[in-house]
Amino acid sequence: MKYLASLLLGMLVGVATFFALLYYNPLTSHNKLSPLSVSDNDLITLNYSAVAADALIYTNNGESRVAPHPSKVQQLWERPIRQSDVVATTLTDSRGQVVGLGVKFSSDSEKTKLLNSELIVDSVWHIYLPGQGTLFVEQQENYWAYLREIVIPAYWNSGDNWRGIWNGSITSGPGALGTARVVGGSGRFSGLVTEGVESLAAKAFSVKQGPVAMTAEVMIELPRPESESNPDL
Amino acid sequence: MFKTFTAGIVLGLLAAGAALHFIPAVDQFREHSLIVVQANQGNSESFHVNVPIDRIMVGAQGLSNPVPTGLAWPREEQFADARVELFKLRNGKDTVIGIASRISASHSESGDLIEWVLHLPARGSAYVGMQPDALQGGYRAGQLMSGTREFAELRGPVTERWVADESASDAAGVGRIEINTAFVSTELDDE
Repeated sequence: MKYLASLLLGMLVGVATFFALLYYNPLTSHNKLSPLSVSDNDLITLNYSAVAADALIYTNNGESRVAPHPSKVQQLWERPIRQSDVVATTLTDSRGQVVGLGVKFSSDSEKTKLLNSELIVDSVWHIYLPGQGTLFVEQQENYWAYLREIVIPAYWNSGDNWRGIWNGSITSGPGALGTARVVGGSGRFSGLVTEGVESLAAKAFSVKQGPVAMTAEVMIELPRPESESNPDL
Repeated sequence: MFKTFTAGIVLGLLAAGAALHFIPAVDQFREHSLIVVQANQGNSESFHVNVPIDRIMVGAQGLSNPVPTGLAWPREEQFADARVELFKLRNGKDTVIGIASRISASHSESGDLIEWVLHLPARGSAYVGMQPDALQGGYRAGQLMSGTREFAELRGPVTERWVADESASDAAGVGRIEINTAFVSTELDDE
């Protein structure tokens, strides 16, 4: 009997050690710098509040930490869409002026591999910028660093919240450098295929409400016309 | 007993590692796809939205009854001719399989546009651009402009059509939006 208890206790310690190693793994670090920050090309910067209550609408399965907004919005309770959420929001430029509308669909990804520190969400943006055109942004987002550095510390905090300053790029693909794929649909973006990156700037998180003070930025690279980038041509 | 304890630790480490490796953390529920294989290559699929029950959001300026109740739509003049709608998307069996956005806008600089994004969590997303003008029979024609995962290597036409429900007591605004796709793999272009 005591051998069985010893074995079980050892297994518990083994499992706990495994998750501690996974959590404190120093080899996984999050991208604080956007791959586009060193680009010579023009960039479109679109900002929005990542707090659900600031969105035009935010909805999910109704059982998640973040409550749908407004309260009477339809919830995504059907099985094929239960692990998804959708947000519609206004988008502002770097000066804070409203320049567009965006709809973001996010779904938990089956590519998630916690063993590799990959907590993946497949998301797409449908963006309308009046006077400019429309964009479609396809990306995989890795929320591992967000979970490790914000969500879990919030659970450990006696006040069930986290406060601090956290900046990080959440886009992890499908581009080789961890960039999103952006396709232009209409207007001046028609035919455009380029890259983008989405990043978060978090200041406060609550276990009960989710993000309390958090903004996000979608940065899209606009390649220069061939003649500009190759003056010899 | 110490050896048993040590063996337990090793077993625990292995068990946790194996569990994380072999048990999927995310398993998206899949409805059977109702795809019709076409004789001349490609396949077609029909989706629809039941209105009004599948409406998640209808946002536009000047709406007397925006959906959902309490929606605070931006009042900036630049959005005067824009309308953004969100729906639950159904397959041919009338089962919800995804979510969709439809943006229609008219702007002097960027022109008229109607676009859809169909997001099917287990399969991927399709970005569809429609011709602003409707064809005979109430159809509007468009093309798949881009896609992700299952839709990434496809191209082909898409149509949308509003079908009013004549049997409804208050027929105005009751019906369904039919979306029909006919996609072919882009690999066929290379052959």
